[in-house]
Amino acid sequence: MRRKGFSQILLISICVVNLFPIYYIIISAFKSLNEYYKNLFGFPSKPTLANFIQVFNEGDFSIWFRNSVIVTILSVLVITLISSLAAFAISKMNFRGRNLLLRALITLMIIPPVVMIIPLFNLMVKIKLINNFSSVIIIYSGLQAPFSVYLLQSFFGSVDNEILSAASIDGCSTFQIYTKIILPLAKPALITQTIVNGLWVWNELMISLIFLQGNEIRTLMPGLTQFQGRFSVNQPVIMAGALMAILPIFILYLFGQKYFIKGFTTGAIK
Amino acid sequence: MIKNKNRTMKKWEPYLYILPVIIIVFIVYIYPIINIFRYSFMSIQGENEVFVGLENYRFIKSDYIFWKSLKNNGTLLLVVPIITILALVVTIFLYERVKGWKFYRSVVFLPFILPSVVIGIVFIYILEKNGILNTVLNQVGLGKLALDWLGNPKITIYTLMAVIIWRELGFGVVLILAAMLSLPEEINEAAKLDGANWFQEHVYVTIPQIKPVLSFFIIDEAISMLTGVFGYVYVLTGGGPGFETSVLELYIWKYAFAYKAYGVASAVAVILLLIISIIMIASMKSIKLEQKSATNFNY
Repeated sequence: MRRKGFSQILLISICVVNLFPIYYIIISAFKSLNEYYKNLFGFPSKPTLANFIQVFNEGDFSIWFRNSVIVTILSVLVITLISSLAAFAISKMNFRGRNLLLRALITLMIIPPVVMIIPLFNLMVKIKLINNFSSVIIIYSGLQAPFSVYLLQSFFGSVDNEILSAASIDGCSTFQIYTKIILPLAKPALITQTIVNGLWVWNELMISLIFLQGNEIRTLMPGLTQFQGRFSVNQPVIMAGALMAILPIFILYLFGQKYFIKGFTTGAIK
Repeated sequence: MIKNKNRTMKKWEPYLYILPVIIIVFIVYIYPIINIFRYSFMSIQGENEVFVGLENYRFIKSDYIFWKSLKNNGTLLLVVPIITILALVVTIFLYERVKGWKFYRSVVFLPFILPSVVIGIVFIYILEKNGILNTVLNQVGLGKLALDWLGNPKITIYTLMAVIIWRELGFGVVLILAAMLSLPEEINEAAKLDGANWFQEHVYVTIPQIKPVLSFFIIDEAISMLTGVFGYVYVLTGGGPGFETSVLELYIWKYAFAYKAYGVASAVAVILLLIISIIMIASMKSIKLEQKSATNFNY
């Protein structure tokens, strides 16, 4: 029984340590600067939205936020499209080099972006895509393709072959099998893959720092680091910005937690 | 499996489906990896590329900041045993279905999905010299423990480790728990009937069964400590004070994009790639050896 008590104490302390920074972001975002200094830990006595108004009106926060939304949505669309096509071929067709391709993709998953950024930067300079969303969308899609193909092909593989044979006897073309059978059946895997990739793109810092340098084209994460420098003495405004940056993640996590957990465990459990 | 014989599918059709991924993987992985080796022997200024042999490697060899960064990545590897043991303990408690385990799992995992930028910013306010942590320590009379967490070169790297553990612990817990939940419960029950105590049950029965996931997590975290800490370092310390908390990723980024020394940065990228490859080959070998000894045992 002593162990039960110990486990509860340990877990509760981890929860406190984990939740405190988030609690701090939320309460500070609704405080005036004056109150922030007087009342660091408590709930705001007079909650105010002034910080949020300042975040969106002053400076370029709203542009960065919009840019991040655009880049995330487009990247996820490209990744999903190209990965599901490849995963369909790998899991349901016989062709030379199939195993080699899958093994190569799994190996590439391990190679970190920092190894590729310099040649990629030179390439993007040459084809004039610096400060253009296309550069990061191409890079994000390429970096996440191996993971996504791997995740989707393991799911597609579990779709019953007899359904596919029946469909092809009924006159479905291969492409129709992909759109009408595989994709609808694979909805959970597609959602999982979308969440993991969307989260990764939204949170990504280094690549967007390098390839999107103009203020009008900057995304939220590099923007936030600048923002922090500019308002460093006005913590409530920064916390309002931080809260806006994690709000979309919170909402998704609240409703789709199982997809998050599935997405981050699939690669390893197999 | 859709048969090639089938009238509806031509022999070249599968290649059409994999083509987009092949192209993008070539652009984003293959072309840069080939070029990073080439660049590491070049001096690059704008369009001008001059072959300089081992000059870049010689420069790195004598660069204090490179060695400092490499050493810091090495120190960060300390995170791996700490986070693994901590994750195992927490996971075993959750696995035993303590009251509220599902809630605990959600909260433990939460930091892992937050952006490192936001985490960095919040922890600056918590850990700076007059920050929240030190305010609390002073108020409760532990002012002696109120250190300059982000400014004292001797402790900053450990502060960084703590923040990394804070964020990545949940990943380990969720990963290991998923593996444990798929284990057959009878084996643990049998062990308990045979008189195994709590410690024996988990060390000799539970943990050996989840070895593959555990080795995956250990290798993954080790690679992360060498190549996946840019966000934390960039926001929390910027590599400072001085270059005390610089890591190889930050070195590559700074030399390439602030100092425009692409050749030097490329040489470091090559070294990083080689280190990771060695880890991968070594770990693959150890996994294979394990399988081999398992089959030997069966005979």
